[in-house]
Amino acid sequence: MQKFTQLTGIAAPLDLINIDTDMIIPKQFLKTIHRTGLGKNLFDEMRYDDNGQPIADFVLNKEPYTAAQILVAGDNFGCGSSREHAPWALLDFGIRCVIAPSFADIFYNNCFKNGILPIKLPRETVDQLMEKAERGGNAMFTIDLENQDVVDPDGNKHAFEVDEFRRHCLLNGLDDIALTLQKDEKITSYEGKRADEAPWVALQQG
Amino acid sequence: MGSPRTLFDKIWDSHVVDVQEDGTCLLYIDRHMVHEVTSPQAFEGLRNAGRPVRRTGQTLAVADHNVPTEGRDKGIADEESRTQVETLAANCAEFGVPYLEMNDIRQGIVHIVGPEQGFTLPGMTIVCGDSHTATHGAFGSLAFGIGTSEVEHVLATQTLLQKPAKNMRITVEGPLRPGLTAKDLTLAIIGKIGTAGGTGYVIEYAGEAIMALSMEGRMTVCNMAIEGGARAGLIAPDQTTFDYVKGRPMAPEGADWDKAVEYWSSLPSDEGAAYDVEIKLHTDEIAPQVTWGTSPEDVIAVTENVPNPADINDKNKAAAVQRALDYMGLTAGQPMTDVKIDTVFIGSCTNGRIEDLREVAAIAKGRKVAEGVRTLIVPGSGLVKRQAEEEGLDKIFKEAGFDWREPGCSMCLAMNADKLAPGERCASTSNRNFEGRQGRGGRTHLVSPGMAAAAAIKGHLADVREFL
Repeated sequence: MQKFTQLTGIAAPLDLINIDTDMIIPKQFLKTIHRTGLGKNLFDEMRYDDNGQPIADFVLNKEPYTAAQILVAGDNFGCGSSREHAPWALLDFGIRCVIAPSFADIFYNNCFKNGILPIKLPRETVDQLMEKAERGGNAMFTIDLENQDVVDPDGNKHAFEVDEFRRHCLLNGLDDIALTLQKDEKITSYEGKRADEAPWVALQQG
Repeated sequence: MGSPRTLFDKIWDSHVVDVQEDGTCLLYIDRHMVHEVTSPQAFEGLRNAGRPVRRTGQTLAVADHNVPTEGRDKGIADEESRTQVETLAANCAEFGVPYLEMNDIRQGIVHIVGPEQGFTLPGMTIVCGDSHTATHGAFGSLAFGIGTSEVEHVLATQTLLQKPAKNMRITVEGPLRPGLTAKDLTLAIIGKIGTAGGTGYVIEYAGEAIMALSMEGRMTVCNMAIEGGARAGLIAPDQTTFDYVKGRPMAPEGADWDKAVEYWSSLPSDEGAAYDVEIKLHTDEIAPQVTWGTSPEDVIAVTENVPNPADINDKNKAAAVQRALDYMGLTAGQPMTDVKIDTVFIGSCTNGRIEDLREVAAIAKGRKVAEGVRTLIVPGSGLVKRQAEEEGLDKIFKEAGFDWREPGCSMCLAMNADKLAPGERCASTSNRNFEGRQGRGGRTHLVSPGMAAAAAIKGHLADVREFL
């Protein structure tokens, strides 16, 4: 996984609540067996018309937001389906950070597995950042995971909270499967204990 | 004796393998269900790292999202869909994961297959790369959806890194009256708590109306916990649960069965257990529900009118309502029962079980689908289809003019050939009315199976109670 330490980039404002993962990446693009290549279809139904032409006033079709690396959005971002294609599509487009007042649990979790930092900030702060993001290329945001703050284009710092273990994994780009496999003995010992207590759990290996 | 614990606390405590300093737990996963859409990249990850699947016997795979619901003998026409299903079969063969292939009688929607096979049991941790894994919580098991990276993590380690959720209890008191179903309860709950109301929580559903439900109804309720923002829903296991599980192909037998029932009987929340949030509803306040907008929280009684954004104070909410009305092609103040429909979809992991089909048949019997309305009835599994046919339900459907199909996810998310055209309006027994969910530009009204059947017959949204 790609590390996330510090990021300075353009923030795109997407002032909608309840942006669901069907909006982020519609189902017709879930047929891929790869993780990459989904960026062109990010927000597909909002971004392109029925003939596949870009819709001029959708934020990610406008300069300079075609190069956005940060997204500022409304409450409950990423609700709905568990599809990890949603963070994959954001990442493939170039977005490495999403700022919103709240996130749906599964999406929030999926971001950390892909080197994307989801940042929860109070609604009033997100409203301010949304306005500042409207200034486009003249308004760069800096996200600092080490210091846990967002520096807005006017130089104001907004501190954010993030789970310590997730922060550690992002800062170091750690693969958590490798970490868990170091605990193999503990897992095996648990399975042994469980086999006595609840013998119906461990079905025969196929 | 320790302090009183909730059902969630008990399941959680019995699955913790390890606790890190910051409180993150390594949680053991008892059952892992796999489907074709969210697994290829996970198997690829295993292959690249040279890792095996740790517990193949505790894993079960089935293709459901991409499978056609007609002409199955001809295979899958769409090349990408076919590739995805073939990739699942090849991955299962390579890694030794049990796989139910498309023409197996047991094939169906993963969340219907698990319970039918007795793969889903009380007191377990169950995951799947699918948000509607919440369905299995009906058995009193902690079941939740995960992303593909976590699918890979479970395949490799049979565990997940998790922090405990908070406890929410939603109690629905009062009896279920005719026309009022599990779907109406779960929609009314989402209407009350909102689509993010359960974020960070596991919801335990309780009360007279919930405990009176069959297992099918309980699965419908838990299925949509995710639409209320909760990753998991739970219902305490009881005799109804044990009766459903007993004798299923993968359920315990003999002495193991007795031991299991004794253990499962100890799982219901202790007297005095603390919940972070308590919500109460009464069936007196719940009429058959229908959604008008593009979020499951946009739900009202069928007897009500389309809401007016001008009546809403929160500017973000008002903007969202206006956007939803524009998308749905509805006018504020319009009675819901005036809304004409083009399509009716009956099926999905929410309402694709035998009881749902019986509900439809009770309304359809001796009646006809309205002129010009397209209808699809898609059973949740091959076994549901067979049972429906044994009961003669298929004949009732066909005589009424309904289209009777092969099992799968179908038009719930329209990854296969079953989809809405732009502007088409559908009364659907599925779980999501998001923009474009059932096809680009398609308009979805979520309802119970009986309400969907009533809409098919009338040609517009209708109150099922008129048919009873």
